[in-house]
Amino acid sequence: MEVLIDDSLLIKNYINGDERALEILINKHNSRISGFIYSKVNDRNITEDIFQDTFIKVIRTLKRGTYSEEGKFLPWVMRIAHNLIIDHFRKTSRMPMFEGSDSFNIFSFVSDDRLNIEKQMIKEQIDCDLNLLIEELPADQKQVLLMRIYRDMSFKEISEITGVSINTALGRMRYALINLRKIIERNNIVLTN
Amino acid sequence: MENIYATNKKKCKLVKAKPETIQFLLDYSKSLHFVEKDGIVFQSNLN
Repeated sequence: MEVLIDDSLLIKNYINGDERALEILINKHNSRISGFIYSKVNDRNITEDIFQDTFIKVIRTLKRGTYSEEGKFLPWVMRIAHNLIIDHFRKTSRMPMFEGSDSFNIFSFVSDDRLNIEKQMIKEQIDCDLNLLIEELPADQKQVLLMRIYRDMSFKEISEITGVSINTALGRMRYALINLRKIIERNNIVLTN
Repeated sequence: MENIYATNKKKCKLVKAKPETIQFLLDYSKSLHFVEKDGIVFQSNLN
């Protein structure tokens, strides 16, 4: 059978170094304080957090020796919990928390378009390999391919600069791509991201 | 007198802090010390 010990005696023992007294105090008032917090916040995890913060304040005050015993331990703890609940609601109203559900996920709409580090490294490697492959092409094909792909020029502009017809420029581009594929196949190179 | 014919009696779980939370508080209490020297209070948390 559990013997009920007066709060003031437990506090006195705790201040005098009896850690067991704190355990008895916490267990004695656990339900009442947790119930009080839960009735305000309606969330078990938040209740747990506020309960913990409440007793951290209690422990600090008792250990510092600034607690004045007037036989009102529970109302004092309740007041601390009450103030922490107010702090919690102030904080949540300043920074409202949004939680997604199974049917709606905010990250479906707000996403980071950048490649992750692994894909970025693969892309850089592919770009580097591709530059080496382009160097293998005949000069006229390489010239057309670089103008079209890297400088984004139209075939009309390419034909004007290189002094060949549009059809010749188109043909050189076609052969450049065919030759690139051949080099890739011949050397078993994998260019995927 | 009205009878309650509920099949699931006492299923409502009371809200209580978890044993882990209580253990944390007890450990915190054991580790916390205040020392006063020349009117200044020093706090130490020795784990």
